[in-house]
Amino acid sequence: MIRRTVFTVLKRSILPSSSSPLLPLFSSACRFASTLVLAEHDGGSINAASVSAIAAAGSLSKDNSISVLLAGSGPSLQEAAEHAASCHPSISQVLVADSDKFSYPLAEPWAQLVQLVQQNNGYSHVIAASGSFGKNILPRAAALLDVSPVTDVVAISESRQFVRPIYAGNALCTVRYTGGDPCMLTIRSTSFPVTSKSVESASIKSPISQVDLSTFGGDSIGKSRYVKQTSQEAERPDLANARVVVTGGRGLKSAENFKMIEKLAEKLGAAVGATRAAVDAGFVPNDLQVGQTGKIVAPELYMAFGVSGAIQHLAGIRDSKVIVAVNKDADAPIFKVADYGLVGDLFEIIPELLEKLPESK
Amino acid sequence: MKIMVAIKRVVDYAVKIRVKPDRTGVETQNVKMSMNPFCEIAIEEALRIKEAGLASEVVAVTMGPAQCVDTLRTGLAMGADRGIHVEATAPLYPLSVAKLLKALVEVEKPGLLLLGKQAIDDDCNQTGQMVAGLLNWPQGTFASKVVIDKEKQAVTVDREVDGGLETLCLDLPAVITTDLRLNQPRYATLPNIMKAKSKPIKKFTPQELNVDVKPDLEVVQVTEPPKRKAGIILSSVDELIDKLKNEAHVI
Repeated sequence: MIRRTVFTVLKRSILPSSSSPLLPLFSSACRFASTLVLAEHDGGSINAASVSAIAAAGSLSKDNSISVLLAGSGPSLQEAAEHAASCHPSISQVLVADSDKFSYPLAEPWAQLVQLVQQNNGYSHVIAASGSFGKNILPRAAALLDVSPVTDVVAISESRQFVRPIYAGNALCTVRYTGGDPCMLTIRSTSFPVTSKSVESASIKSPISQVDLSTFGGDSIGKSRYVKQTSQEAERPDLANARVVVTGGRGLKSAENFKMIEKLAEKLGAAVGATRAAVDAGFVPNDLQVGQTGKIVAPELYMAFGVSGAIQHLAGIRDSKVIVAVNKDADAPIFKVADYGLVGDLFEIIPELLEKLPESK
Repeated sequence: MKIMVAIKRVVDYAVKIRVKPDRTGVETQNVKMSMNPFCEIAIEEALRIKEAGLASEVVAVTMGPAQCVDTLRTGLAMGADRGIHVEATAPLYPLSVAKLLKALVEVEKPGLLLLGKQAIDDDCNQTGQMVAGLLNWPQGTFASKVVIDKEKQAVTVDREVDGGLETLCLDLPAVITTDLRLNQPRYATLPNIMKAKSKPIKKFTPQELNVDVKPDLEVVQVTEPPKRKAGIILSSVDELIDKLKNEAHVI
């Protein structure tokens, strides 16, 4: 008690204007941050978005002990664990939960796994990438732990204070989490890029340990069953992580015409995107949709053809470095955000581009 | 089987929102409010299940200030049988909403709980998953197709996931959140709008449901996103290629 008074007095004499004597205590508390990253893996390696989540965990505090949690079954899980162990220099350990219960990414067993691992290890933070995987599981796990999660974080301003877009990206909200451990968040992977340098320097392999599943309950397990997955085979780069994205909208008029977009993407080594209008019209499958309800992209070059630029679409592209818009309507809202605009008929412009563009490296 | 549908009153999707000058939030005074588009899809799906003879009643539930009753009436005009309004004046975060929904599920005992996948104001995409966790029910999020098997007491859900579509089979009772492509919501007809005025709306407070809605989140500030620098309109493809190559250095 006396010590605290002295401390406060000392502090006041040093910083007379400081209104928050608790601040040093707070920051010393977050020096012992420990983070659990819920990683998604496929075909023996963890995906790029999960590596971004690890990068985000690294920016929470200086001395953060980062554990990566992987679940699944069989040899591909072990392979993914090996990959995770050396994919980023800031990882302290990799936790592996190997059981048939985790063969498919069902929210029920996975959320209970996160709850179990949290209760055993008491992390200060739990992070996942904001893909359909993380968004499905993390809020359920948060409810089991009785904490409010924070979705789609684009910036970490303090260890418990985050910036996230609201209203389709038309406003940015800074929120502070004031509840107990853990603080749970999903991060927008395009906001936490992984530098190739940090990946290369990850030569040290972190230890891999198995999660003890002997106390793993399972009241809600078995209530959901995986039936099948219909995936869209794509040889082109992944939309969410591509360096160049070429997108077509309603202006393409037909699925047949959309092939021009695909040709252009091939030439540029780009991923193909689409607006909701193009998806609803049946030109392309819906996993190509870019926007608030589809994928969020932040490529170096985003080219939009026949896209008007509805706010829901702009929410998905606003962090692109360079935006090019081609539209015959000079008043289309897309021109307000485009760095370079061409007003004209895309059926003339795309063939001309195809002819004149240099081959991509 | 009874179906419960959670709906939210939000700023209309077509409104261009404005951030308040004092940075405490977004201007909602004198702004057109509507039912969250994903919630409309949830109501529509509940009505279609009922019309197929697989459900006996559709109960629409909303939470928030007194004006939420208007949103509830819209749901009743679409065809929901009755409404429940949990009146709360303080801001409600998904965790509180999930706890209130759980309390209502315990009162009403529905066989299916439908929600939108996210609200277009806070863009959280959490409530459905959280209430499923609290109830210990299976969840089918981002649903683009829902098929109920009455005999097996199960529901098959096609989900929109990053790589395409995933199909799951869930035991009832379950929680399903709707994606945009699930259906095309109907319009409320004038006679139905009139009829909706006499449909019952039950009121609760969080206290009556024994739920503590004290938030563990605090909004520090709300700001405008950084503006993109105004671009230029070019006159030819050659100029575009030149700019991309020599000015932006992206190709």
